Amino acid sequence: MYLAEQEQISRDVEGYLRRHEHKQLLRLVVIGSVDDGKSTLIGRLLHDSGRVYDDHLSAVQRASARGATRGQGSTATIDLSLLTDGLKAEREQGITIDVAYRYFATEQRKFIIADTPGHVQYTRNMATGASTADVALILIDARLGVLPQTRRHAYIAALLGIPHLVACVNKMDLVGWDRAVFDDIAGVLAEHAGRLGIPDVRCLPVSALDGDQVVRRGEAAPWYQGPTLLEHLETVPLATETGWSELRFPVQYVIRPNLDYRGFAGQIAAGVVRAGDEVVALPSGRSTRVVSIDTWAGPIDEAFAPMSVTLRLADEIDVSRGDMLVHGGARPAVTDRLDARVVWMAQRALDPTRTYVLKHTTRTTRVDVERIEGVIDPETLALQPAARLELNDIGRVTLRCHQPLFVDAYAVSRSTGAFILIDALTNDTVAAGMIEPPRADPSPADDVERVTAADRRARLGQGGAVIEIGGRDALATAYRLERALFERGRVAAVVAAEHATAFAAVAVLAIVPRSDLPDGVTLDGTAVEGEPLLAVLASAGRIDAARADHR
Amino acid sequence: MPSPAHALVAPVPSPRRLTHLRQLEAESIHILREVAAEFDRPVMLYSIGKDSSVMVRLAQKAFAPAPLPFPLLHIDTTWKFGAMIEFRDRFCREQGFDLRVHSNQRAIADGINPFDHGSSKYTQVMKTHALLEALRDGGYDAAFGGARRDEERSRAKERIYSFRDRHGQWDPKNQRPELWNLYNGKVRKGETIRAFPLSNWTELDVWQYVWLEAIPVVPLYFAAPRPVVERDGTLIMVDDDRMRLEPGEVVRDEVVRFRTLGCYPLSGAIRSTATTLPEVIQEMLLARHSERQGRLIDHDEDGSMELKKREGYF
Repeated sequence: MYLAEQEQISRDVEGYLRRHEHKQLLRLVVIGSVDDGKSTLIGRLLHDSGRVYDDHLSAVQRASARGATRGQGSTATIDLSLLTDGLKAEREQGITIDVAYRYFATEQRKFIIADTPGHVQYTRNMATGASTADVALILIDARLGVLPQTRRHAYIAALLGIPHLVACVNKMDLVGWDRAVFDDIAGVLAEHAGRLGIPDVRCLPVSALDGDQVVRRGEAAPWYQGPTLLEHLETVPLATETGWSELRFPVQYVIRPNLDYRGFAGQIAAGVVRAGDEVVALPSGRSTRVVSIDTWAGPIDEAFAPMSVTLRLADEIDVSRGDMLVHGGARPAVTDRLDARVVWMAQRALDPTRTYVLKHTTRTTRVDVERIEGVIDPETLALQPAARLELNDIGRVTLRCHQPLFVDAYAVSRSTGAFILIDALTNDTVAAGMIEPPRADPSPADDVERVTAADRRARLGQGGAVIEIGGRDALATAYRLERALFERGRVAAVVAAEHATAFAAVAVLAIVPRSDLPDGVTLDGTAVEGEPLLAVLASAGRIDAARADHR
Repeated sequence: MPSPAHALVAPVPSPRRLTHLRQLEAESIHILREVAAEFDRPVMLYSIGKDSSVMVRLAQKAFAPAPLPFPLLHIDTTWKFGAMIEFRDRFCREQGFDLRVHSNQRAIADGINPFDHGSSKYTQVMKTHALLEALRDGGYDAAFGGARRDEERSRAKERIYSFRDRHGQWDPKNQRPELWNLYNGKVRKGETIRAFPLSNWTELDVWQYVWLEAIPVVPLYFAAPRPVVERDGTLIMVDDDRMRLEPGEVVRDEVVRFRTLGCYPLSGAIRSTATTLPEVIQEMLLARHSERQGRLIDHDEDGSMELKKREGYF
């Protein structure tokens, strides 16, 4: 802790508390790959700003001496990265497995750091940490420069709508604090961030190991006149309202202690509401007036995001959890069809033939996947056609909800533009979704109810699959298999490799003869209703299930 | 407790910008309401400490003017400080809470105690097993806890909605991703969610809120002359005649207080003269040791909190 601060606490703790009470809250996500020195940087921030207790520090000292974890733990330098690794397996393996949250405060601000792992399921964890962040901190190894993964990290920050990006060029000590190295990296990064549309980008040279330019300025880089990392974090402007102040009040809970009181409780997702305001309840579209804004301490005149309040309304209209109160002017889109970018977070790929559960604000509904537009390459930003989404893929999809939602584009309002998908069978959270703006040129085709993958599956009793047949007799085997499946009532076709995923996407068993491959069968697809696809193939003849490699 | 005069000042320092405490408050209230809305039988674990006091106040704020839509549950190891139980009963009676108390009766019959069975075994039986038993017997599908992520390393990884399997176990390597404020409360029968509304609060935030809101807390947090013995460098309060003294141990009156509260034979006191909230906070801010240092149960082995949590501890 800064000595000055300590003195002040000793002298006048009440004064200190009054100031602390008015601190701002900044949420920071730290993103880095293995060996970028991320844990060391966070450890350095906590340590040098005096937020590490002696018993924690001595535990780390003991562990540093014992393990000399990453080959750098001499008795003189303690391994600060050990401050942040929480789970036993993480300390044993010297890796970070899951998002962890750290807390520290300075004179100016209170910080919540989401510390995300760099390698294991990185996209999933990064998206988790980034979802609530105001600032994204990316680590770049000065010796390696901007890597493809750096571009991915920046893309995820942009995807999750983080307005401020800070890139720490770490390990500057290992390049002799060479200004040219830093300037090069800063230039490349600024160009990339510009393409991503991130409004505020800042590049800082640091050495987490020595602590230079993290909290302490140090003397290593006289050429660098900009702020230290902590100075920057203390001063980066916090945009709470980006000029967007339309009311979005998702009703979370109805408070009804007696017949005379009916309050609609919720956290204001966006905008401002005043007692006396005319509001519209969605989906009913009924108008009414806010009689009072209640809190535990008594009624208040005005409430704004992100306050949790209770609204009482003038008329006895039907409003319940999942509904939304808005002002009459700029309403959200009321729609059961969503175009969205999703981060797929489950081991099991997105299966368009299955139904998922979607949670958006306080509303939960079943949802079908109408269409997978493709997968986005986070390095080139290109959209590539795809039949499904795998773990850590970022895709564009069109969803059809079983109930209408009240949505805004994520770029405009994070709280009413975000959703999660839950697997209806396993109950796992499988995807994070960000709603795209409504298409500028609505086409008449949008109104047509499309045949969904679920419809096809229901009709055909099968999901799609790609079946690759290798070996010299691949073509003959493929035709025999096609015939056998056909006889069994299955929809199968021998197709060229480049068309296979398109056929699979419409629930066809696409058989691809590959005489260029060694003898064998490769399967990529979902089960056929009632029996695993492998068993169907085996019983369809001449395919030895044991030889098949089920991907 | 003196009520700070500035609590009467409007909580919002500048137009339409919440202080960090009010942001945390709004977030916690959202979590409390979300659980109440999505689960059939929630319950709030009430451990009598400062964090529980804050959590209960937040719950009152979330559902006012209605009473809490769930009961409070205290897992009583029967070795809590007498002053805690006194405080619990008076506070719950005054506030009109539906308080349930559960102890592991079989373990009591077996004479399990913190002296003979070691803190680790004792905690497992009297706290973890008792908790799982109470949750099962009550048919609760969600349980609020007052744990904070800044308390301990494995807690830093805990979700706000922490999924527990049929046996109440936590699988830290296989947690559901948790994004924005969209919590996934889907569970199958027998599975439960532990919900942590104070996840993002720090020790200072909790104390600051106690001060700001004049929230009642157990007097043991404030310094007073108390009978203690020094054991392995820790001051243990002799709270009743069940305390076993080792040969050579002398009971002395010392002016001490507690930074965290639990079972008296396992809670280390600190020498202190802090008798007011600002003094307690001042001491905490200048302290060089974490609050859990006084808790003997965390020191059994490296990663002991993680092990306990995997087994179902809060």
